[in-house]
Order: sequence, then structure tokens, then C-alpha cells
Amino acid sequence: MSNIRFEQIEGKSLGFYALIAGLGGLVLAALGSAYYMEHHGHFVTGMSNRIVWGMPHVFALFLIVAASGALNVASISSVFNKKLYKPLSRLSGLVALSLLAGGLMVLVLDLGRPDRLIIAMTEYNFKSIFAWNIILYNGFFVVVAVYLWLLFERRMNKFSRKAGLVAFGWRLILTTGTGSIFGFLVAKQAYDAVIMAPMFIIMSFAFGLAFFILILMASYQWTNRPLEDAVVNRLSNLLGVFVVAVMYFVAVYHLGNLYLAENTGVENFILFDGGIYTKLFWYGQIILGGLTPTVLIYHPATKGNRSMLGLASVLIIIGGLIQLYVIIIGGQAYPMELFPGKEILEGYGGVAQYSASLPEIFLGIGGVALAIIAVTFLVKLLAFLPESLADNAAQNK
Amino acid sequence: MNKTLNRRDFIKTMSATTIGVATVASGITLTTFASTNKVPVTNEKRWGMLIDTNKLTEADIDGMVSACQKEQGWGSELYSTGNQKPGWIKKLKVKDKATGKVSNLALMCQHCEEPPCVDVCPTNASMKREDGIVLVDKHLCIGCRYCMMACPYDARSFVHETLRNQKEHMPRGKGTVESCTMCVHKVDKGEVPACVASVNSDAVIFGDLYDVSSKINQTLKTVQSAQIRADLNLNTGIRYSGI
Ligand code: SF4
Ligand code: SF4
Repeated sequence: MSNIRFEQIEGKSLGFYALIAGLGGLVLAALGSAYYMEHHGHFVTGMSNRIVWGMPHVFALFLIVAASGALNVASISSVFNKKLYKPLSRLSGLVALSLLAGGLMVLVLDLGRPDRLIIAMTEYNFKSIFAWNIILYNGFFVVVAVYLWLLFERRMNKFSRKAGLVAFGWRLILTTGTGSIFGFLVAKQAYDAVIMAPMFIIMSFAFGLAFFILILMASYQWTNRPLEDAVVNRLSNLLGVFVVAVMYFVAVYHLGNLYLAENTGVENFILFDGGIYTKLFWYGQIILGGLTPTVLIYHPATKGNRSMLGLASVLIIIGGLIQLYVIIIGGQAYPMELFPGKEILEGYGGVAQYSASLPEIFLGIGGVALAIIAVTFLVKLLAFLPESLADNAAQNK
Repeated sequence: MNKTLNRRDFIKTMSATTIGVATVASGITLTTFASTNKVPVTNEKRWGMLIDTNKLTEADIDGMVSACQKEQGWGSELYSTGNQKPGWIKKLKVKDKATGKVSNLALMCQHCEEPPCVDVCPTNASMKREDGIVLVDKHLCIGCRYCMMACPYDARSFVHETLRNQKEHMPRGKGTVESCTMCVHKVDKGEVPACVASVNSDAVIFGDLYDVSSKINQTLKTVQSAQIRADLNLNTGIRYSGI
């Protein structure tokens, strides 16, 4: 183990600077968008009093969920002592922190009063899941940072396993918290389900690993470092299991809801007659983001092919964003049941309309760009990447 | 952990949080609740309203809505569209699917005893006074809108734009959330909420639910009344009869 050599990337090529410039442009566009929305007020967005959380929340929650999942690889190596994953622990921690930073940036900049962040940090209502999440997110930074330090500091390596355990526990609680944001909303038919929390955990596994795989393959490709099949195939298998598990949870969630009479309305809406949301659910979330990657990962014709694994990862990410869109926007668009047994003719009701404005979309994408730019910079600054993940280097240890 | 405050504490908190932000954008000082009345807010009272949908005419409801707008200064937003405009009180037309009976009613913040908006608010900006009135502290609200997600009555609005010509007793602000205050500034002076005052009949009764001699208490004992979404067990301060 000890002879795995970690090395910074050179980061001097034209490609490197082009990547940084491109991502930097996206981050600037996001900051500009946030300024624009904050300067005018949210009337310039597609959000309203019915759809109070829009596109920025889709991206923010996606990134936050993926962040916790990106720590998976490190967890497997620390918690389950799988040697194969050990060399990847550092990168795993880094990707986790970067994704969380991106998600939080989007979340904070979409607040009605982002300037009052200090209030959110100092005034806590301990009954609020949201307040707990703020603590959990901040704690995640600390826990993972300490874990990374223990990995980097040779003399401290022996403690890294314990820290890995703590990080593992922390991020399970964190994602439970994120899922519970919805699980505790009694008012809305689409939410208020205990299964939200475990579903979010398994979603985090899939989305986070997809990100990790893409970053891993890209960084080894672009720096011409050897990355052999043993590692990649394992990760690919793991990804396949996670994606199938997400679909399983989605199925249980919807079947369970269909069974409860009070929720059949919203279920019909999402599954059958919800227009755009139904399309997004079936074509985007299930076919594009679930079934297709599963086939790509397991079908003999594509199995073991890296481009196909890359494609599967991209599809999982897109499918994940769509899934959160359906949950967040779809769940709000469907009207609340104010008067059971009665029809509201006027004043409230109907499916709320929403179309994301450009600044909202830019803000969301900016969060993803921030995450990637952070990884790109830091692998240049510190030795996160093993210089080789060739089969013999990775396997025999 | 509901933030229940008596008036003195409330003013203290308000002044503490207003150091440095003593004035709202338009120069309005935050004196909303500091009325001349020195009686502390206690949990011996529970303010409530009973709305009789059989007596309430459509014109009454329109009157209630405009009285609220006039009193609190919302509704003249220039840029906000349809669902973006604030709506502290709405006129609803509801039809019974079985009998076809149509009822009109006014829907505003129900001033829940167990308010989900207060439970979820991360910064304690949403809070319930001892006397049951649910308010938003505009200086603590960060505009996360989680309370709006949590309210089962769609009672809250987000301010989507910069505001002008605000009412002195009702500081509002872009990027924060607001809802019916039960005209707390009037109630604290012994007056009734503006919407109640605008109705000429006794279709809307306002008063202390706990006070056995109050009209609302006595009426509630004799008529069938309902809470909207009573299944959620929020024990709302606003009650309806005739639906
Ligand atoms: S009606 Fe909505 S805003 Fe009013 S107290 Fe209840 S949950 Fe809060
Ligand atoms: S929008 Fe304001 S009042 Fe509502 S939950 Fe957030 S901080 Fe609290």
C-alpha cells in the first residue's frame, strides 16, 4: 500500500487552461445571474408563490446529494477495507467536498436574502430540518477535510480508517437530512413519505459515483496516466448496482403511493397525465437515466467499454437532474388538496406553471462548474491522484 | 421550541436584531408591534376568526381582500406576474362534488396552533406569538421559502420585487416572505383586523377563542364549524361554518 505514489498533475497544457477558462466563464455567468436575480427580485425568474423552489434548487440538491455519494469510494476502502479502492480515497474526498461547495453556492445565491447568510449560521431553530442540514453540511466539510488530512499526512495514515468511518456515518445522516426536507412536508401530497430519506441515500450513491467515474477517467486520460481495467470494471459494476437500486426505490415509492387513496391524484399526475412531468419521468428519469445506463453497463456488447461507461455516467447525471426536477417542481406544481371531496372553482388550484428562466439555469450550471473547477485546481495543487492505477500497481496491494 | 414571545421579549428581540438595520429600505422604523398598549401578550388569549360562508357574500369577500390590501399595502406590485403577486387573503369558490353546493370563502393564514411554517423555518423568522398569531420577523427571514413549501394553505407570499410606499406599521421587503398578520398592530390596540371591520354583517366574527364571554366563543359552541384540513391536526385559529 505504502508504495502507491501520489502526484500532482502538471496543469500547464493549453487544454488545462482552456478547461479552467471555460469553467470560470460558467461560474462568472452564475454569479452574474445571481446578482441579476437579487438586484431585481425573483420576479425575473420563473418561480412564483406556487413554485417557490425552481431550477436552482434542482441543481443545488442534486449536487448536495451527489457530494455525499462521491465519498463512497473512500468509504468502501476505509469502512470495508477494500484495498483496491484505497488509492482513490483522496480523490473521492476531494470530489465530495467540491460537489458540496458547488451545491451550497447555488442554494445560498438563490435565497431571497443571500446577504443574510450570517443569520442562517447563527440563528438556529432546532426543530427545523433545514437548520439541521446547515449544521450537517458545514460538518461534512470539517469531517472530510480532517479525513483528507489524515490520508495526506503519512504519520497519521493509521487514523484515517477511523476518520473514514466517521465520514461514512456523517454522510449517511446528511443525505437522510436532505431527503427529509421533503419527507417532512405534510402539506404536499407528493412528499411526506418516510421512504424519501433512503431513496435519497441510494440516489446519492448513484449520482456521486457517476461524477467520480467521469472525473477519474478524464483526469487519467488527460494526464496520460495509466488507468487499467481492474479499477474501472469494479467501479462500473458498483455503478450498475446503484442505478438498479435507485429504480427499485422509485418503484416502491410510487407503488406505495398508489396504494394510499389520498395520494392517487398526485401519482396519476406524475405517472400518467402530468404532461411534461410524466414525459420527464418516463423518458428522462426512467429510460434515459435508469434503463439505458443499466444496459450500457451490463450488456455484453458494451460492458467493459470505457466510452460506454462514460456515457452511462453522463446519462445517470442527466437522469438524476431530471429526477430531482420531477420531485421538486412536479411535487409543487400539483395543487394541494385543500378541500377533500370538493372542487375548487376559483382562487386556488390547477397545475402551477413553471418555466425556468435563463439566469436560474445559469446559476445551476455554475454550481456544477464550480465543483469541477475546484477539483481541477486542487489536483494541480496537491497530490490527490495516484501516479498510476495500472492493474499491477493497483491490484497487488 | 416554537418561538413564543411575550410582547416585551418580542420588542427586545426586534430591537436587538435591528441594530444596524434600524430602518427598512424606505426609511420605515420597525415599530410595528410597539403600540401604546402595555399589556403583555400572553397565552391566556387565543385570537381567532369564525367565517360563516352562508352569510358571507362574494362582495363581502372582495371587500375583505381590498381592506387587507389597503391596510397592509400589498397588491400594487408593478412587475410580479400572476402567481408571483402577494396574496395575503384570497377569495375561493368551492363546489361540493356530491351535492353541487357552491361556497365562497376567504382564505388567509390560518394562524395554526401547530404551525408547520414555524417548525421548518431555519432561522426562527417564522414564529407564533403567545396569543396564537403567527408572524414573520422580516429581519430574520433569509428568504429560503421553506415555510411556503410547508404551509398547507398556500397562505404565504414571497416578495418578488422592490417595494415602494410601504405602510409604516408593516415593513415588507424584497426577498422575504409575508402573510396575514391578523392585523396584529390593530389587535394590540384593541381594534379588530381590517378585513373583519370591512364586513357589515356578522359573517365574520373576530375575538378571543378562550374567553367564554366572547361572541366567537359562544357562537362556536352553538354552530357547526370546521377547520380546513382538520386531518392535519394543526388546530387553526380561523374557523369556517357552512362548508
Ligand atoms: S396557515 Fe400556513 S402560514 Fe399560517 S400559521 Fe399555518 S402553516 Fe403557517
Ligand atoms: S423564508 Fe423566511 S420565514 Fe420562511 S422559512 Fe425561510 S427564513 Fe423562515
